[in-house]
Amino acid sequence: MSGNHPPVTDWATDFDHTDPVWAGDPYPIWDELRETCPVAHSDRYGGVWLPTRHEDVSAIAYDTDNFTSQSVVVTEGRPGIPAPQGIAPPISSDPPFHHEARRLLLPAFSPAAVDKLEPFTRDYCESLLDDLEGRDVVDAATDYAQHIPVRVIAQMLGFPPEDADQFRVFVHNTLESVDLPVEKRMENFLALNAYLNEQVADHIENPRDDLTSYLLQAQMDGEPLNTAHVQGSIALLLLAGIDTTWSAIGASLWHLARTPADRERLVAEPELLPVAMEELLRAYAPVTMARLVKEDHEFQGCPMKAGEWVLLSFPAANRDPEAFERADEVVIDREVNRHAAFGLGIHRCAGSNLARMELRVALEAWLDRYPEFSLPDADAVRWSGGQVRGPRVLPLRVA
Amino acid sequence: MRVAVDSEKCQGHNRCYALAPALFEFDEYGYASAVGDGTVPADQEANARLAVANCPEYAIRLEEDPS
Repeated sequence: MSGNHPPVTDWATDFDHTDPVWAGDPYPIWDELRETCPVAHSDRYGGVWLPTRHEDVSAIAYDTDNFTSQSVVVTEGRPGIPAPQGIAPPISSDPPFHHEARRLLLPAFSPAAVDKLEPFTRDYCESLLDDLEGRDVVDAATDYAQHIPVRVIAQMLGFPPEDADQFRVFVHNTLESVDLPVEKRMENFLALNAYLNEQVADHIENPRDDLTSYLLQAQMDGEPLNTAHVQGSIALLLLAGIDTTWSAIGASLWHLARTPADRERLVAEPELLPVAMEELLRAYAPVTMARLVKEDHEFQGCPMKAGEWVLLSFPAANRDPEAFERADEVVIDREVNRHAAFGLGIHRCAGSNLARMELRVALEAWLDRYPEFSLPDADAVRWSGGQVRGPRVLPLRVA
Repeated sequence: MRVAVDSEKCQGHNRCYALAPALFEFDEYGYASAVGDGTVPADQEANARLAVANCPEYAIRLEEDPS
């Protein structure tokens, strides 16, 4: 939504995921492309493809031979740290390196590990809501949703919770300001790196029971991780869970605010929330990933060139009527839901158990506090552009 | 009825465990497997079908009893 690029005039041949029209409502764009295209191309960003059918998105997600994860954020530049490690392992890694780098992180995000974080998360959500007491209108994005994943990941990494505002700047710079020139992005990246250096130095001096100290002591194939690996994984853990989860919480509250029947049903049947949540994740999946084409080859009749990007739109796949009945509707009690909001294949979001817990607890706490809420001004809502889409301004009437 | 998880396909989404906790368990990395030999008690058959139908990776196999 930063709008540093010229407006899009033709979505099939010149699309741009930072265009304000896309940020505001991408679904009609994807639906039309899926019916008429279905793989769009743009010369922007040095060449980028956009598959819109579930079948094509999943085929590319599974094809680690022809598509590398070396960078998963589409920008004007190309990544400096080559595969198989990439800049932020394991999300930026390819097999076989990927497998071991991912296994280092998975135990911290297993269902059992995540269960232990639930009481802390619930207490924190309650305290945020306590602070809003007495307000008639609250911004569900900036007063509530955005704080939850930041607080949880700061706790897991052992970073100072008072640095939360800085984390959100890093996230915005990395994931949302993707249409900035390479030099400006490098400047932002160096600021993030300097911050991580400080935190790592502090953990080397004062090791403690958190993920940062764990990564500093971790080994792969009997060797300590190289500095770029440690730093890259910490950057990933810090950045990947923040605006993604914030977006999922915000989009869910946006839907419930404008759909009283669904809100009332969830208040009356709280046990439906785990099912409803999956449908909200399907319909408003926040995260689009990316791949780089490894070698020139043809995909679905498209001449893909080495070094071109592919936007891997799990949100568009989730709206494909070939894969989902009533794909364009939110069916709050949808029982069969193989949605791909957390990706498919070996790069399935490593934090998906954590994200689901945060989303469920955030919605439970909110609905318990505010069984009635509404959207007083639909035009006041602002959505982020780029690869993570969610409401960044969301004023809701709660009393 | 029996369920089985294809460990080559499972990516640890844990949808099966969420929908049928009596039938599935997960390892320290979060990858799923069937509890015991995968036998589904009669009162869990609906949950077993839900788990199969919600696996994003098509990693769960359901074997119906021969009728």
